[in-house]
Amino acid sequence: MSDIVAFNSVAEEAAPKAQTDRVIAGPRGRKPRRALSGRNIMIYGTLIVVALYYLLPLYVMVMTSLKGMPEIRLGNIFAPPVEITFEPWVKAWASACTGLNCDGLSRGFWNSVRITVPSTIVSIAIASVNGYALANWRFKGAELFFTILIVGAFIPYQVMIYPIVIVLREMGIYGTLTGLIIVHTIFGMPILTLLFRNYFAGLPEELFKAARVDGAGFWTIYFKIMLPMSLPIFVVAMILQVTGIWNDFLFGVVFTRPEYYPMTVQLNNIVNSVQGVKEYNVNMAATILTGAVPLFVYFVSGRLFVRGIAAGAVKG
Amino acid sequence: MAGHTQSSGRPNQWLRNLNAKIASVPMILTAVVIFLGGTIWTVVYSFTNSKLLPRLSFVGLDQYERLWDAPRWLVSVQNLAIYGIFSLIFSLVIGFVLAALMDQKIRFENTFRTIMLYPFALSFIVTGLVWQWLLNPEFGIQSVVRSLGWETFTFDPLYNADIVIYGILIAALWQGTGLVMCLMLAGLRGIDEDIWKAARVDGIPMWKTYIFVVIPMMRGVFITTLVIIASGIVKVYDLVVAQTSGGPGIASEVPAKYVYDYMFQAQNLGQGFAASTMMLITVAIIIVPWAYLEFGGGRKRV
Repeated sequence: MSDIVAFNSVAEEAAPKAQTDRVIAGPRGRKPRRALSGRNIMIYGTLIVVALYYLLPLYVMVMTSLKGMPEIRLGNIFAPPVEITFEPWVKAWASACTGLNCDGLSRGFWNSVRITVPSTIVSIAIASVNGYALANWRFKGAELFFTILIVGAFIPYQVMIYPIVIVLREMGIYGTLTGLIIVHTIFGMPILTLLFRNYFAGLPEELFKAARVDGAGFWTIYFKIMLPMSLPIFVVAMILQVTGIWNDFLFGVVFTRPEYYPMTVQLNNIVNSVQGVKEYNVNMAATILTGAVPLFVYFVSGRLFVRGIAAGAVKG
Repeated sequence: MAGHTQSSGRPNQWLRNLNAKIASVPMILTAVVIFLGGTIWTVVYSFTNSKLLPRLSFVGLDQYERLWDAPRWLVSVQNLAIYGIFSLIFSLVIGFVLAALMDQKIRFENTFRTIMLYPFALSFIVTGLVWQWLLNPEFGIQSVVRSLGWETFTFDPLYNADIVIYGILIAALWQGTGLVMCLMLAGLRGIDEDIWKAARVDGIPMWKTYIFVVIPMMRGVFITTLVIIASGIVKVYDLVVAQTSGGPGIASEVPAKYVYDYMFQAQNLGQGFAASTMMLITVAIIIVPWAYLEFGGGRKRV
């Protein structure tokens, strides 16, 4: 069943291809002509309009978050603020209300940190060792379980949620951060294991064999040879997990209690709460704050993000 | 569960690759207990009349009959169908056209790609809330256009039960087309340059080359993209919660939300299990033909 890998191939090829071929190839082998040809105007015109469409929501978010409420009621959403105020940001962070609590998004932010960091570390640790075992220490039956795991990645979470609730309740960790960390580890496993398995399988086999001949065992080879050679894939896996777990909503709602709600859940509660006057500027500031972490990861990691999400799109 | 590892009969079979087996324990547990066991558990309990707590008193297909009689479920399924069909078509078309444009040796390709993909980094909750704001009839796009002089301009998809699902679709496309573009671009970059040269020598117009030569060659990429989009569609939940909470009324309900609401709020587990089993069947219908095409037909790729 090793050709399940094929599914991943597009994603794996995406990044390096795009990088190297850009200068050399492209489908039309002609060299660029005059800058202002009709064709160029059409292409760039379309792309610029499209880019504006994609940027518009971000622009509106930022502008709204910097306005006072009177200005929002009067002005249009595209107009830049006449008077810039950071009060909505302060309020969103420190004093916006969800239910009975009025300590803003800060609580949700720290909950998300406390969820994301251990989930990322644990899931990557488990999946990397597992992927290594699958790639280099094949044992009978492993492929069957692996196939179940990959097929399982396509099953809607809703089908498995309730049995997990029961299992966690029996273990006494339903509603706690530990429970949620385990859930993220479980659902991160298919794609991460696939990622690591493919990566380790792609490393030159001679390395592994030479180490075996020298008498190195399972763990020695993993820590001394495989791990140092695999930094890029670890970074990709990390990006994938950090953004995925940070952005999760469903698991956060189902598996935690209000005091442990991650940022996304808290944000939704703040914005969609029915009572009180709607403070759109505070809502938008809160929305930007919640999106800030994945956006930061996206802009810093650049091409590695593309690899990560392309590989992980299966999970989403 | 790993019983057949032993089947060769030699006692030391179990100890071979012991470390690898230990390392695989979490995977095996997840695969068998959670994915396989959990799924079977839910399917089995969908035939019971579990209410507040799961209990094994079987009632046959009662839950399914009730499900398909429930107006809310029918609306959910209808919404998912509309959302699914349009989101598949638009994602693929927009994604491909953008990728084709990006593939014309343009300058600032990196900048354009960064801009188109950044929404994908954001969660559905964030996406939903932003678009809730943009589509707000009192302040958003409708009010801006009205203030420019078109007094009767109406664009309030999130407040109009007839078109609310399209309002959700707009946000979904904003979030997801960047990824499709990236996948398509990777596919286009994989096409041999000689194909283009040959087509040009033969005097075939560019659009014809795309439709009759390039797209058929990108079959693999299209299928992969299709499966990714489709399995995402079935799960759509966060976006609806953030944008409309299923409203106005029940106009924008989706199956995933039905499942959640019945399991954790209406305390009607049987309905939740039956609805989630229907979701499972939908996914199976998508996945099985794909798996057959990919793995069944001749095993070309290794």
